[in-house]
This record gives sequence, structure tokens and C-alpha cells, in this order.
Amino acid sequence: MTDVLLETRRISKSFGALVATDGVDFQVREGETHAVIGPNGAGKTTFIKQVSGELRPDAGSIRFAGEDITQLPAPKRSRRGLARSFQITSIYPEFSTLDNVALAVQAHAGHSFRFWKPAREDRSIVEPALQILQTIGLEKRKDIRAAELSHGEQRQLEIAMALATEPRLLLLDEPVAGMGADESTRMVEFLATLKGTKTIVLVEHDMDAVFSLADRISVLVYGRIIATGTPAEIRANAEVRAAYLGEEA
Amino acid sequence: MNFVLIAEQTLNGLQLGVTLFLLAAGLTLVFGIMNMVNLAHGALYMVGAYLASFFFQQTGSYLLAVLLALAGTLLVGIVTELVALRTLYERDHLDQVLATFGLILFFNELVAILWGRAAIFSTIPEYLTGHVQLAAGLRYPLYRLVIIGVGVAVAFVLWYVVARTRLGMLIRAGASNRAMVAALGINIRLLYTVVFGFGAALAGLAGLLAGPIYSVQPGMGELILIQVFVVIVIGGIGSIRGALAGALIVGMVDTMGRAFLKPALSTLISPSAADTAGPAIASMLIYLLMAVVLTFRPAGLFPAAR
Amino acid sequence: MNISRRAWALVGLLALLAAVPPLAAALDQPFYVDLLRRVMIFAIAATSLNLILGYGGMVSFGHAAYLGIGAYAVGVLSHHGIDNGWLQWALAIGASALVALAIGAVSVRTSGIYFIMITLAFTQMLYYLGISIEEYGGDDGMRLATRSQFSGLIDLADASSFYYLVLAILALFLYLTHRLVNSRFGLALQAARSNEARTRAIGLSPYPYRLAAFVISGAMCGLAGALLVNHTAYLTPEFMNWTRSGELMFMVILGGIATAAGPLLGAAALLLLEDVLQGWSMLPKEAVRDHWQLYLGIILVLVVIFARRGLAGLLPGGGKND
Repeated sequence: MTDVLLETRRISKSFGALVATDGVDFQVREGETHAVIGPNGAGKTTFIKQVSGELRPDAGSIRFAGEDITQLPAPKRSRRGLARSFQITSIYPEFSTLDNVALAVQAHAGHSFRFWKPAREDRSIVEPALQILQTIGLEKRKDIRAAELSHGEQRQLEIAMALATEPRLLLLDEPVAGMGADESTRMVEFLATLKGTKTIVLVEHDMDAVFSLADRISVLVYGRIIATGTPAEIRANAEVRAAYLGEEA
Repeated sequence: MNFVLIAEQTLNGLQLGVTLFLLAAGLTLVFGIMNMVNLAHGALYMVGAYLASFFFQQTGSYLLAVLLALAGTLLVGIVTELVALRTLYERDHLDQVLATFGLILFFNELVAILWGRAAIFSTIPEYLTGHVQLAAGLRYPLYRLVIIGVGVAVAFVLWYVVARTRLGMLIRAGASNRAMVAALGINIRLLYTVVFGFGAALAGLAGLLAGPIYSVQPGMGELILIQVFVVIVIGGIGSIRGALAGALIVGMVDTMGRAFLKPALSTLISPSAADTAGPAIASMLIYLLMAVVLTFRPAGLFPAAR
Repeated sequence: MNISRRAWALVGLLALLAAVPPLAAALDQPFYVDLLRRVMIFAIAATSLNLILGYGGMVSFGHAAYLGIGAYAVGVLSHHGIDNGWLQWALAIGASALVALAIGAVSVRTSGIYFIMITLAFTQMLYYLGISIEEYGGDDGMRLATRSQFSGLIDLADASSFYYLVLAILALFLYLTHRLVNSRFGLALQAARSNEARTRAIGLSPYPYRLAAFVISGAMCGLAGALLVNHTAYLTPEFMNWTRSGELMFMVILGGIATAAGPLLGAAALLLLEDVLQGWSMLPKEAVRDHWQLYLGIILVLVVIFARRGLAGLLPGGGKND
């Protein structure tokens, strides 16, 4: 039984009268790809934000690699190896593609209190960044302003930036959102190459992606996890079908 | 320290607080709902003061002057909003700061052209002069009591409008979630203009009330505006309650500080040192207070819930 | 390559500036040395503001505070008989840095409207402090006892020498800023401005970098203040007037935000505009020149509403971020 890398214990979050997260227990094993699915409004993004550190849970705790990170702010979680990609593309639009990834490499490389040497000439940052761009297939677009990339390329850039921080765990919030069929397939193939080397928590609506990538799936409905299991188990689960899959699968 | 002096200064503090509140209420709504920094708010205060003085001289009737001044300030406010400020709602704060800064220069000079650069005298009618005997040995100017009274009344009216009417509900909703209000089909432009006009009228009211007490001159708006900023930062952006709390706190601290710090200090250090240090520190007091509040509550004491 | 063209254009501007004193002497118009020296001093202040405003996205409405602190450091020491320039200017820079650290520690955590108001409020506080200290002139200010002395190395009373010193400092600061904004530090700062959520997500907390930039910027402006008081030979709390902060911001935006040449162009444009409105004999005196602020105000509003790009956009190379 592999170790649990990420664990939430009874975390809850409310916004006024709205209970977005309702006592969620969630475990991710090292090396697995664990998908989180659920109907719209189930609270998936709120959940992800609590794990990444953008939101503080009202109650409960979060543990990562054996450490309690509940009170740790987002930048520190990133340094510990918890990387995030955003559902709504969040990159540096006026910087070049290479700059975007290089910034992530730089952020991970320790403090940035270097005042003299041009960062763009710093090979210890630029070379890893180029490598990552090559892995994801964006190296030909490295000097293009990120705002001018196509939507699909921007989604790729999101992943590249997450990878650039050498994470142990990737939190991917709808990585193929808004992508066409071909692009989606390529992205899924790419993510598949990460399986095993990285632990992945994948929030997705695209069921093809989910069922081809996930080792396990958790289903989030109205802020609670109603089922966790292998794709086959989830497909067969009546409660899940009723709540969610029935309309799609 | 005798009772009379303390009571007087408390009332003065209350009067300043109320003046600040009238200005802060409008400004904080504009901040919270339209997300706009409006430095020209002080200019409306100034316009109110000048118009009141002008109309009183022209008509001889204080009440008429007050009405005309309020109407005039409202008009100036709305025209400015339509002509210059509308385009700024969508722009970033830097643009808003700079544009309204330009407006300040414009208004200050306009007023100087019309009425000269020197401070003008603003008088109050006979029936508002004189003192009121509040307690043994305590006589307080009637006019200042009137200001306090007006301020309390306005605070009450504002509370009522914001908490109990449909308009108030829209304002509260707008302060929490602008986009949602727009999405609900409410005429946002109209709401903005109403809110802005409201704020302009309050600023004008503050100006016409304060004119006779403080001097009426070009640039008077900015002097008090910066104190209003402190009020809003302490109280929290977007909330009337915050504006009231902040205004009273700032009014009190500033007044008490100026009155009592020097004597208090001279019990601790030499009188001549207290002579320089006292007024110097007193003038910095509200800013130090702001720094302290911010350290513990970066969003102010009663920020509008988001 | 674009960068070189822009850099050469800027070098060209600086070279033009260097040619002014001999030209002015030849044409017997010493006024221009004075005018452009003033422009350059404000360009230095605007360059320091550009660091946090243009590159850092921090709308600081309190930058004039550091002009004041730098000026007072020199003025106060001079008043008490200490006219050693090294000491005075070191104090100008050091005191500004300290005050920036104090103010920044409280304000940099806030953002948006709060930050603007807070920086304005603190500067006003210093202004009131300056006014209330009668010994140094109170609100009238006082004459500078003696200019900063540099043990014979350079005589600030000599218009040309002082001019070249200012030009050298401007060039130095422009170069330093250039290195700074392209270093890891500068990119971290720009990243935080560009997308704060993303920056936190990759593991960078904006606060320390913003605070450091705020301090560096304050220190640079403090030196500008020391230069300014030597230039005017008069110390006044008006250096810290909030309208001065507004002018500095205008210089940055007029010139072109987050560009190297912007602050210089902006300072030149604004100061020359003010001088023309006040003094150009072609303009009617009573209608325009006596009330120049009316027109300045209108022009500024129009510039903001219609002409955001700034003047640096007109330079060869396009004036984009360097």
C-alpha cells in the first residue's frame, strides 16, 4: 500500500449561508492519478482552492507529505511541491511563453533577491524552462507573447508552468477546458506520460479524459464526496449514476 | 483637566466626526460600488461651501441659500460625472487618480477665478449664532450643535435607506458584487449616477455646514479629503457603518489630540519640548492610528462583506 | 534588435542633454541650464517612482514624501552647520530608505484603493510635520544655509558643474533601474503586477519584493530631494505637498509606464507644459497665464482619457517594456 501523499480531513467551507465544502475526507496516494468529478456547482473549484492554499477551510485539516499544511499560505505550499494549474487560464499575458515558464523555474529556485544579472540570460533558469517547453511541445512558440497563443496552447502553458516548479503533486483544474477534440487528445496523451512519476489530482468534466487517466475517482456532490473508487466501480455505482453520470456516460 | 473643557472638546470631536462622516459616506459608496477613486470629492465640498456663502449674500435667506447650494453642488457633481467620470469607471485606479487629480486643479482654479484666492467669509444667520447652556459652566455654540444634529439625522436617514429600502438593497448588493447586480438587469448606469449624486449632495452639505467654521478657500477640499481617506481606511471601504465608526474615531482622536496632547506631554517632558512635540505629534496622530489599525485589520474595522 | 534601438535613442537623449551647457553659453541663455537641470532632477524622482508604479504596479500617491525627506536631510544638517555633502546625501538616502521601510511595512500589504489612500495619507502626515517645525521654517520654509560641499571635488554653486553632476546621476540611475528590472528581482516584481494569483501559485510571495522595491524607490527619490534643495537653494515643506506626488505620477504616465525613457520624457513634458502655460508671452495673461492650473487640469484630464500610451511610444523601437 503506497503512502498517502495528500489528505484532507473533514474540511469545510461556507460562504454565508452557502455550504460549499461539507466535511470532506479525501486521500491521494503517491504516484496515483486521482480524478475529482461532480456536477456543476458541486464545489470542485472551492475544494481545489483549499488544497492549493488560496482559501482557508473553516474547519478540518490538510496534510501533505506528512506535514500539516492547513495554515500554510499558497506560495509555501508550492515550494513544498504542490503545483496548481487554473481552470480559467492564468498566465502572464504580456510576457513571452519562455518567460512564463522561466518565471516558474525562477520562483522554485529559491529567493529572487538577485538585482544585477539579467534573468533572461541566466542559463540555470532558461535551460530548464526550454526543456519543459520541449516536453510539452511549445518550444517553437517560445518567443511569442503569451496573450497571442491559441487557447489550447495557453492551456498547455498552464501545465508547463505547473511542471516547472518540480512538483510532487499536480492539482489540475480542468486542464482540457475549452480545447477542441484533437488538442484534448494530445493533452491527455501528454498527461498520461506523467502518470507514475507525478501524483496527479485531476478535476475534470471531460469523461473521456477522466476514464482514460484516472486510477481512482472521487465524486463530489453538494460539497460532499459520495463515492470513491476505481473507474469501473464508479461507473457501476448507482448513486453516482443518479447524481451525475446518468446524464453523460 | 476640568469637565467643561473635556465636554467641549468631546463635542468638537463629535462635530468634526460628523462632518467627516458626511464626506466619507458618499466617497465610500463610490469606492465600494463603482470601484472608483474619486479625488475630486473634496472639490464638491468646496463648491458647496462657496455656493452657500454666495447665495446667502445674494438672497439674504439662509434656508434658500442652503437649498440652492445643495442643488448647485448636485448639479456640478452630476455634470462632472457625465462629462468626465463616466469613462473612468472601467479604467484602472491609476487613471482614476490622475484624472480626478486634474479635476481638482481645474476646480480650485475655477473657484479662484470666480471668488479670488483669499479665504472668504462665510456667515451664519442670526438665529443660528449664540450659545446654548448645556450644563453648569458649559456653554456651547448653537451652530456646532446644529451640525451635530444634522449629521446624526443624515446618519439615521442613510441607515434607513441602506437597510430598509429597495435602493439601499441595491447599494448593498452592488457593494458586495457589482457584476451580479448588473447581470440582474438593474440599470447600472442609473444606479451609479444616483449613488454619485447622493455622495455629491452629502459632500455639498458638509461643505456648506463647515464653511462658517473652517475657512472657505481654494484647496479646502483636499485638506479635509485626506482625513476622509483615513476615515475610510480605518472604517473599511464600501460600508456606511465603517464610515460612521471611522469618522467618529478620527474626529475624536484628532480633536482630543490637538487639545490635550501638549498639556499631557508637558507633565512628562519639559514644556518647551512639549511645545514643539505636542502639536507635531497631534497632527500625526490620526495617521499613526491608521497605521495601527491597518496592522491588525488590513481591510479596516467594518469592511463591506464580499 | 529592438532593445538596442531604444537604448541608443535614450543615449542620444542623454547626449543631447550633455550638449546643453556649452550651447546655452554660446547662445547666452543660461536659463536653459537651470530649466533642464530641474527637469532632470524630477526625471530622477520619476524614474524612482516608475520602478514601483510602472514595473511594480503599486500606485503610490505618496512619493513626494521622499523628495521632502531628502531635501530636509540636507537642509536641516546645513542649518546646523554641517555642510559636508557626502554626509548630507548619505543621510538623505538613508532616511528616505528607513521611512519607506516604515511606511511600506504597513501599506504594501494592502492593495488597490487602500494603498493609494494610505500612501497619500502618510505623505500628508510628513507634510504637516514639516509645517509644524518652526525651527526649519514651518510652512514658509527657509533658505538653504549653504549648498552641499564636496571637499573641492565639485562646486554645486557652479551651474554647469551641478548640471553635469545631475546628468551623471540620472544616467547612473537609469542604468541601475535597467539592470534591476531585468534581474530576477525585477521579473518577480513584474510578475506580481501582471498576475498576482499566478505568482503565488508558482511559489513566489509578492510582499517581500514589493517592500524591497518600495524602499529602493524611496531611497532613490531621497537623493533627488537632496539634489532639488541644492537646486532651489530653498527648503520648503511644499516639496512634500500631495500635489507634487500627483505631478510625479503624471510624469511617469505621460512619459510611458514601465519604459526607461518614460520618466525623462514625462518630466520634460510636464514641467515644460507648466512653464509654457505660466510664462509664454504668446498666451493671454489674464485669461490663461494667471490661471494656468485651470488649463493644466483640463489637459491632464484629457490626456488620461485619450492618450494613455505615453510619449515613449513615439521613440524608435516602440517604447515597449525593457
